[in-house]
Amino acid sequence: MRKVLMGNHALSYGAKLSRAQVISAYPITPQTEVIELLSQMCASGELNAKFIKVESEHSAMASLVGASAVGVRTFTASSSQGTALMHEMLHWAVGARTPVVMGNINRAFAPPWSIWTEQNDSLSQRDTGWMQVYAQNNQEVLDSVIQAYKVAESVELPAMVVLAAFVLSHTSEAIEIPAQEKVDEFLPPYEREYKLDPDDPHAFGGLTDPENYYEFRYKIQKAMEKALDRWEETGREFENIFGRRYGLVETYKADDAKNLIISSATVASTARKSVDMLRDKGEKVGLLRIRVFRPFPAKKVRKILSSVEKAVVIDRNIGFGVSGIFCQEVKAAMYNEKNNPTIFGVIAGLGGRDVTSRNIVEIYEDVMKMEKPESDIIWKGLKE
Amino acid sequence: MSKKSCKTIIFKKEKELPSSAVSFHSMEYNKTGSWRNFRPVINYDKCTNCMICWKFCPEGVIKIKKEGGERIKLEIDYEYCKGCGICWEECPVEAIDIEEEED
Repeated sequence: MRKVLMGNHALSYGAKLSRAQVISAYPITPQTEVIELLSQMCASGELNAKFIKVESEHSAMASLVGASAVGVRTFTASSSQGTALMHEMLHWAVGARTPVVMGNINRAFAPPWSIWTEQNDSLSQRDTGWMQVYAQNNQEVLDSVIQAYKVAESVELPAMVVLAAFVLSHTSEAIEIPAQEKVDEFLPPYEREYKLDPDDPHAFGGLTDPENYYEFRYKIQKAMEKALDRWEETGREFENIFGRRYGLVETYKADDAKNLIISSATVASTARKSVDMLRDKGEKVGLLRIRVFRPFPAKKVRKILSSVEKAVVIDRNIGFGVSGIFCQEVKAAMYNEKNNPTIFGVIAGLGGRDVTSRNIVEIYEDVMKMEKPESDIIWKGLKE
Repeated sequence: MSKKSCKTIIFKKEKELPSSAVSFHSMEYNKTGSWRNFRPVINYDKCTNCMICWKFCPEGVIKIKKEGGERIKLEIDYEYCKGCGICWEECPVEAIDIEEEED
């Protein structure tokens, strides 16, 4: 069945089709429609789930960690300040190994207030241990929620499906809604080994001394490493049933490319058009879209970049005092490689400023004039 | 369930550990009374059974003991009382004394 859905409702349908059993959330622009629709679905009985109204995002995540420990499938969504308020509990969800799935709508932080898109909210959760997948269109938003549950439950780590504020969250697109029976076939009910059960009481996450704590951290890292394969396998399984393929990364005209544009989310989607425009001008350029940011697909990045001379990473985010965050990750992945391309880092589109296909062409042409980056950050569109 | 004490367990290999920390038993086994430096003691001559200590106790260790009929008596479970002193602070008739633990 095809339906015209905004990105936010694509998240809601993803959770519904995944048969989320407990949903807990606090509203925030630009996320509100996600939980508005889910609460309606719960009220009407269309979705058989418990909707917990809470007083903050911190409580939303806390309640889901508890629910997930019981062994049920859980969902929430937030954005910007809300995700930041969840921060402590995001760590908790990882340590407790509860595979909560949440939607994060990328919105810039205040002050100054902004409701428009920027990736700093999700990227500042980089080291919590949450898996993160950056969607480029609304179909991918819905499909990624379903895949996220499958991967999250198999590695016992939570996962975040990330989408751009307004560019996706409030933009309507025609979406293929998978049949419930097929989703059920793809995603069986969640089974948990150690359950929170009043009839068999145990303490969860109790004080653990230095003799044992280290190993628990090791296990989280191992789960992340396992998740690299699981995202790829899950993408293939998903394709077999639904006909749409997803992986850790996506490339476009990269096979014979001399130079590469690297980006994520909707900027990467726009860059596809820029690649076509540049190819028309005779440039041997391709695109690498990093879809899964955590776990970071370093091996894939290394392989794709090994045959490239120059790469330009466009970040709609900034690690203050360093550079763009995807750029740091790509550079780190390439550091020990023999065939290491020159990597340029561009910051563009902060606070929701448009990044058009023409902008990306300009970015590419500007950096290709340089032999080496003049600084770790190249600003695009700054009013100088 | 018998209330045994917790033992320290050291795992030899990471594979022996579950994915997240889970206790073998309920927290009933984790007797926290040994943490106590100060011991609250109820003076039954003054106690009016107002239940304020029961309500405020953060550990739920003030137990209601039925004395027959309507009569009740409040008792502190010293196996778990950590001696925070909140009951002593909150008691409106000063029916709880606090004493330093010997050891």
